[in-house]
Amino acid sequence: MGIEILIVDDEVEFADAFAERLRLRGFTAHTASTGEQALQIIDQGSAKVMVLDLKMPGMDGLEVLRRVKKTHPEVEVIILSGHGSEMDEAYVRNLGAFAYLRKPADIGDILEAVKRAEKLLASRTV
Amino acid sequence: MKEKHYYTSLTRNMTLIVILVSFTPLILIAGLIGYYFETSYREKVMEHLHELVEKHQQLINSFLDEKLSYVKVLADSYTYDELTDETFLQNKLIILQNAYSGVFVDLGVVDSAGVQISYAGNLKLENADYSKAEWFREAITRDYYLTDVFLGLRRTPHFVITVKKRRGDTEWLLRATIDFAAFNSVVEQIHIGKTGSAFIVNSAGELQTRLGTDLMPNIASLLGRTSWARVGGAESAEPAGSRIEEVKTSSSGSNAVSGIVKSRNRNIIYFLMPLKSGEWTLVYQQDQDDAFSEVNRARVIALAIFTFGCLAIVLVALFISKKVVRHIQKADLEKEMMNEQVIEAGKLASIGELAAGIAHEINNPVAIMVEEAGWMGDLLEEEELKESQHVDEFRRSLKQISLQGVRCKEITHKLLSFARKTDPVHQQIQVNDTIEQILSICKERSKFNNIRIQTELDQELPLISASPTELQQVFMNLINNAIDAIGSGGGLLEIRSGVEGDKVVVDIADTGHGISKSVMARIFDPFFTTKPVGKGTGLGLSICYGIIQKLGGTLTVDSSVGLGTTFHVHIPIHDETS
Repeated sequence: MGIEILIVDDEVEFADAFAERLRLRGFTAHTASTGEQALQIIDQGSAKVMVLDLKMPGMDGLEVLRRVKKTHPEVEVIILSGHGSEMDEAYVRNLGAFAYLRKPADIGDILEAVKRAEKLLASRTV
Repeated sequence: MKEKHYYTSLTRNMTLIVILVSFTPLILIAGLIGYYFETSYREKVMEHLHELVEKHQQLINSFLDEKLSYVKVLADSYTYDELTDETFLQNKLIILQNAYSGVFVDLGVVDSAGVQISYAGNLKLENADYSKAEWFREAITRDYYLTDVFLGLRRTPHFVITVKKRRGDTEWLLRATIDFAAFNSVVEQIHIGKTGSAFIVNSAGELQTRLGTDLMPNIASLLGRTSWARVGGAESAEPAGSRIEEVKTSSSGSNAVSGIVKSRNRNIIYFLMPLKSGEWTLVYQQDQDDAFSEVNRARVIALAIFTFGCLAIVLVALFISKKVVRHIQKADLEKEMMNEQVIEAGKLASIGELAAGIAHEINNPVAIMVEEAGWMGDLLEEEELKESQHVDEFRRSLKQISLQGVRCKEITHKLLSFARKTDPVHQQIQVNDTIEQILSICKERSKFNNIRIQTELDQELPLISASPTELQQVFMNLINNAIDAIGSGGGLLEIRSGVEGDKVVVDIADTGHGISKSVMARIFDPFFTTKPVGKGTGLGLSICYGIIQKLGGTLTVDSSVGLGTTFHVHIPIHDETS
C-alpha cells in the first residue's frame, strides 16, 4: 500500500502519463493542472507527496510551494522543473522543497525521490 | 580598417595646422620687429650721419671763415703802401705759412685794373693780369670773396680769397691763394665706413675737392632740390634710370637736404649742406648697404634664424603629426578589434538566449515523450501483451525513444547552463586542483590514445573565486577537445598554469591537427562543431567562453594547422563580479 501522490503540471498529458505509471507501481496518484486545483487536493488531506512543476500559467510552482509549506508543512514537495536554469536548486530547497529534478526526468529518479520522501514521512509519524 | 587616404589627409591637416599656427605669429612678430627695428635704425643712422656732416660743415665753414678773417686782418691792419712792399708781404706770408703750414700759398695785391701789383710766393706772378679772370670780375664787386677752385695761371687747382679795400678813389684787392691740398684734407677727414665720403661742389655742380669715390651721377639735379644752390639749366640733366627717393629734405636748424639716390645697382645716401653761404655745397655720399651694414647683417642673421626655425617647425610638425596619426591608427585598429569582440560577444549572448528559449520549450514535450514511452514500456510488462510476437521490437524501440529523450535532455541542459543567468555559488578555488581532478578523469582516455600529459603547474598559484562545477566544465571541455584533436595517433598535451599581472593563466596546448582559419572564426559559436554527427553538440567551447567571460576573464586560442592548438584561459584573481 503506497502513499498518495499529487502530480501538478499544466501539461496534462505529462501528468496523466506519469500518474498512470505511478499507479502501475502501486501508488495512489492524483493530478492537478493548476496551482489552485493542487491546493484544493492538498486541503482534502490525503496526498502527502507532491510532484510539482515550477512553471505554470496562473499560480506558478513557487507560489504553490510556499502556500503548501505554510498550510501543510508535513507535505513533501518534489520539484520537477523544465526550466532548471531559472531557479536555483538551493533557492527552492530553502523554500522547503524535498528534492529538485529536471525534466525530462527518468522515472527511476523520481521514484527514488518519492520513496525517500515516503521513508521520511514514515519516520516522522512513528 | 579605415582607408589609408584618411590617415594621410589627417597627417597633412595636422601638419598644416601646426605649421600655420606656428608660422603666423612668427612671421608677424619677425616682420613687425624687423620693420620697426630697421626703420628706427635707419633713422638713427641718418641722424648720426646728418650730425656728422653738419659738424664738418661747420668745420669747413670755420676753416674758410678763419682764412678769410686772416686775410681781412691783414688788409685792415696794413696800408696799401705797406702791402705793396714785396718784402713786407713776403714777411707776412711767412708768418701765415708758419702759423698754418701749407695752407697759404701766396699773397698778392691786385689793383682795380686787375693787375697784380705786389706778390709774395714761390711763383713769379708779379704784374700778372687778372682783369680777364672771372673771379676778379666777381671779386671787385664785393668786399670779400672766395673763389671756386680753378686752375688759373699757375695750372694747379687752387682757390683765392680776396678782400677789397679802398684807397682814395681806387679800389684794390688783397688776395691770398689757399692750397687746394690743404683744404682738401679738411674735407677728406669725413670718411665713414667703406664708401662714405664727402666732397664740395660749386653751384654749377663742379667739384671743388678731390673725390674719394665715384661721383654720384646726378649731382646737378640734386642741387636743384636745395634752396641755396642756383643751378642754371641743370635740372634736365637727370639721367634716365636713376630715380631719387627722398627720405628727408631738411632737418631742423640747418637747411640740409638728404635722401637716397637709386642709381644702377646701388642705392646711395646723400646729404647736401650749404657752404660759403650757399655758393658751395658740401656733399656727403655713402652707399646705403654700407651705411646700413649693421642692420643688413642683423637682417641676414634674423633671416637665417627664421629659416632654420621654420625648417625645424616643419620637421617637428611632420614628425609629431606622423607619430600622433600612427597612434590614432593603432587606437582605431584596437577599437575595431574591440568592436568585433563586442559584436562577437553580443552574437554569442543572443544565440545563447535563443538557445535557452528553445531548450525551455523543448523540455516539456520531450518529458511527455519520455513519459509516454515509459508508460508504453510499463504496459508491455502486462501479461496479455507479452505474448505478442513483436514485443522485443517494441521494447527496443521504446528504449531508443527513452535514450534519445535523454540525449535531448543533455543537450537542453547544456544549453541552459550556457545561457544561465543566475550566478552559481562562487568559492575560492585552487585552479591547479581543478586541473588535477579533470586530468585524473581523462587519464584513461589519453592513455588509450597514446597521449603524454605534461603539466607545469605554478605551486604558488593564488586562489580565484569561481563556481567549482563551472570551472570543471571549462577544463573538462578544453582537455577533452585537446585529446580529441590529437586523436588516436598519439601526441603531447601540455598544461601550464601561472600568474600574469592580476590574472591566473592556464595554457592548454596540444599537438593535434590545429584549427583552420575558417573554423577559427566560429569555434566559440554555439552549435558549431567539427566532430562527427552525434559526437559533439557544438556547445562545449561556447559554454566555456560564457563561463570565463562571466568571471571577467578571457578565453583565447592560438593555432597553426598541423602543429597544434593552445587555449589560453585568463581568470582574474580578484573577483570582479562581487
